Amino acid sequence: MSAASKTALGRRKPRDQRVKEKGLRAYVAFVYAFLFAPIVVLVLFSFNDSKRNATWQGFTLKWYRALFNDQPVLDSLWLTLRVAVIATVIATLIGALAAYALTRYKFRGSSVYNGAIYVPLVIPEIVFAVALLSGFNVAGFNLTIRTVIIAHVAFMVSFVIVVVKARMAGFDKTLEEAAMDLGANEVQTFVYVTLPFMVPGILAGALLAFVLSFDDFVITFFNSGVGNTTLPLKVYSMVKFGVTPEINAISVFMLLISILMLAASYKLQGAPPTVTIDAPTKD
Amino acid sequence: MSKTPANRGAEGGTSSAIFEKHGDPLSRAMARLRGHSFAVANLLMAPTMLWLVLFLMLPLGVILVYSFGSRGTYGDVILGFSFDNYLRAFNPTWLPVILRSFGFAALATVFTLVLGYPLAYFIAVYGGRRKNMYLIMVMLPFWTSYLIRTYSWIVILRSQGVINTVLQSMHIIDNPLDLLNTPFSVVLGLTYGFLPFMTLPLYSSLEKLDKSLIEASWDLGANRVWTLLRVTIPLSMPGVIAGTLLTFIPAVGDFVTPDLLGGPNTMMIGNLIQQQFLSARDWAYGSALSFSLMAILLLGIFFYVRKAGTENLA
Amino acid sequence: MKRLDNEVRVLLLDGLGGPMTRRGFLKRAGAAGLLVGASGFLAACGGSESSSTTAAGGGGEISEELFFYNWSDYIDEETLPNFETEYGTKVVYDNYSSNDDLLAKLQSGASGYDIIVPTDYMITTMLGLDLIQEIDLDNIPNVANLYPRFREAPFDPGNKYSIPWQWGTTGIGYNSVKVPDFRPSWDMLWDEKYSGKITMMSEIRDVFAVALFRLGYDPNTRDAAQIEEAKQMLIEQKPLLKHYSSSTYIDELASEDSYLSHGWSGDVFQAQLDNEDVMYAVPEEGSLTWVDSMCIPKGAPHKYTAEVFMDYVCRPEVAAAISNYVFYASPNEAAEEFILPEILEDPQIYPAQETMDKLSFLEELGTDTELYNQAYQELRAS
Repeated sequence: MSAASKTALGRRKPRDQRVKEKGLRAYVAFVYAFLFAPIVVLVLFSFNDSKRNATWQGFTLKWYRALFNDQPVLDSLWLTLRVAVIATVIATLIGALAAYALTRYKFRGSSVYNGAIYVPLVIPEIVFAVALLSGFNVAGFNLTIRTVIIAHVAFMVSFVIVVVKARMAGFDKTLEEAAMDLGANEVQTFVYVTLPFMVPGILAGALLAFVLSFDDFVITFFNSGVGNTTLPLKVYSMVKFGVTPEINAISVFMLLISILMLAASYKLQGAPPTVTIDAPTKD
Repeated sequence: MSKTPANRGAEGGTSSAIFEKHGDPLSRAMARLRGHSFAVANLLMAPTMLWLVLFLMLPLGVILVYSFGSRGTYGDVILGFSFDNYLRAFNPTWLPVILRSFGFAALATVFTLVLGYPLAYFIAVYGGRRKNMYLIMVMLPFWTSYLIRTYSWIVILRSQGVINTVLQSMHIIDNPLDLLNTPFSVVLGLTYGFLPFMTLPLYSSLEKLDKSLIEASWDLGANRVWTLLRVTIPLSMPGVIAGTLLTFIPAVGDFVTPDLLGGPNTMMIGNLIQQQFLSARDWAYGSALSFSLMAILLLGIFFYVRKAGTENLA
Repeated sequence: MKRLDNEVRVLLLDGLGGPMTRRGFLKRAGAAGLLVGASGFLAACGGSESSSTTAAGGGGEISEELFFYNWSDYIDEETLPNFETEYGTKVVYDNYSSNDDLLAKLQSGASGYDIIVPTDYMITTMLGLDLIQEIDLDNIPNVANLYPRFREAPFDPGNKYSIPWQWGTTGIGYNSVKVPDFRPSWDMLWDEKYSGKITMMSEIRDVFAVALFRLGYDPNTRDAAQIEEAKQMLIEQKPLLKHYSSSTYIDELASEDSYLSHGWSGDVFQAQLDNEDVMYAVPEEGSLTWVDSMCIPKGAPHKYTAEVFMDYVCRPEVAAAISNYVFYASPNEAAEEFILPEILEDPQIYPAQETMDKLSFLEELGTDTELYNQAYQELRAS
């Protein structure tokens, strides 16, 4: 009997369970289809023989050729990735620490901090962008890639904190105590007990943060200096005269790289098996 | 007697106290700190708080000052001290815009919940070794340009677009459906754009659900619905709260989606605020609008989290 | 990476002699530039009675870099590389797609650009907000090549602050097959037959200008009653509209999701490329003409080089090259002999004189802009 039709305890799943599981799988497939529907169109239109993304005019590979000769666009992609990775790392780091502090400790002032976390979320983007720029101006900062990264971290960190907090809610403190009772010191406890628990939350937060940075326009536009053109800046500047399918091509390129990296890590990692209790089945 | 774990128990006292006296220097320091949780917590919060204060609160202070000013001849801000802008902000003409924004955002939040919860559940509970892969697959579409994704939706929804062409060729409809530039397309766009914002927090919370816990519940005779309502959902409540907050709030202030996918009557408050800073060049008024919106949202969050919250979330 | 660029440039110009200090390099680059420029000019103009000269006076050194902030897709592929070769200056080229974004960014204190290209009324605003500086026309002798009306434009008489780049008109893009009864009149945008297939732009003043023209009023009126009337007319139009958008109408015309779109001249040509039924017309009640002009923001690091660049753009061949690529009209009269005949003779790009007489510029109205802002918001919220 296949593993999928057994429960974690090794029993055979009742029929209605299997049916409902199939139902869940079908629904999930539908959701993924919804997620990828515009992507299919996007990929298709990267072969569109037209300067615009509107009507299908025929098949061509010219946008891919154009893309690989278009240094500015490739530079902007590279810049966007660099900014996104650095900003994500910083935001995830300080955000995870903050989330840990807020959920693990009850201390005076925590409610103030908790409130402050939500402020970046409720600010309209244009206000944040203009405010930060004015701030930089008053402080005499020049606009550079650094100001872009600073701006990104500032609005990303709250997202990370909220996601990690959701993970940490209900974290059993006695687990830490138990570990220490068993001889682990503080550092070991954090590294081997708490941190692994946090990791899925941190990963989720980091994924979200990365996307926020990668796709940001408003805040980046106002806080970037001369020559700091990220991909969204490049794309949005094309809106007036037409976003050419070259941008589709670069998106397809990004997708391919991501899929390749995904496949590679999946193969390389050989992810650890989850623990299953293999009770011998009697049927 | 050497300090083996077995021996330690004999000495009694909490583990921290033990370490404070007898552990290695690093643990000693940390244990001492741990006793002072106030210091530790603040230390951990420090980088984030510093960042937010410097790069958020202070700049916002400038904008707050603007909100009490007025518009200069060419769109600069004349500093002053009046509440005029705030009075204008609460002008009843805006009521439809505000209600619409909250309405669209609420609908989008509900839809993302309906779509995202089963998705997150599936990945967390049935994902197994491929969990991370499924998770990244959810994010993959968003590693493309937002604008192009929206254009692609236009291609799908418009009168000669994918949906209408398919439906018409199958003779399900005779005339093309009016899908684009409607409230429907705006809510669709919002739902699509914010689906990861709902799914990821949900996953984050659901993932710690022990699958065997659920199955134990089934084995003990509970049916699936009961298990869902009484076991799964309560355990994942923090995720639901986080997800709804991270979806609803940005959705209210969204301006690109109603701009590109909306019709003449789908203006949202994000558009209004954006206009004040850009085409209308009335920063004083725009600031007042923004702070009014922010105040309402923060208040809402406060009550929401309090009411629905588990102890650790607020 | 930056050092590498410098080194490459040094290598290229090293032929002019031995070890150099930075100042020496600049001097040589400047001298080389002038030499190359002069010889280039001599070669290019042949025997024609050319009014092209190289920038000579004013004083200042050509810098290593020039920061140019322009609309996207608004330049041909040769202009910048040719300038770079001729003057040895690296041009960093960034883009934006909205006057308002540009203004908000400058207003908040962002600087660093040497040249920006705002639209006419925005120049008045920027002057009022003290964001741009006077240019030294001694460095731009080619300004003489411009049509007279761009030398005495209402928003900048005498070109004290701006040198025009390209100009165009606002009108109606329409589908000639789907709208067989088209007349060049703003009335077409109120035609119930085409309900749901009409779009308007989302620029406040442009939208109101349409209604004001239709009512026979001045698009720059300060009369609150007239603005109110225009607003009512626009409210009547709302149910017929697909939406308000200044960017997607090009796609919509091409894909026939819109049959009648309020739009800018050059944009409609973009749609034409994908759908040959799309045409453009300037309504007979009158319409707006606009011009995008180069300005130098306050605090520009390379003012002199910027002026040299402006002068370069005013050369007839260069101005023509730009028009020939972007399909907008050039403000440069001397460029006419180099512009493609199909552009020069296209009334959609270069309107006939009777049409030109009915075109007006938008003017910045200072505090009275509030009237329009308020009316527009009431329109959108209704």
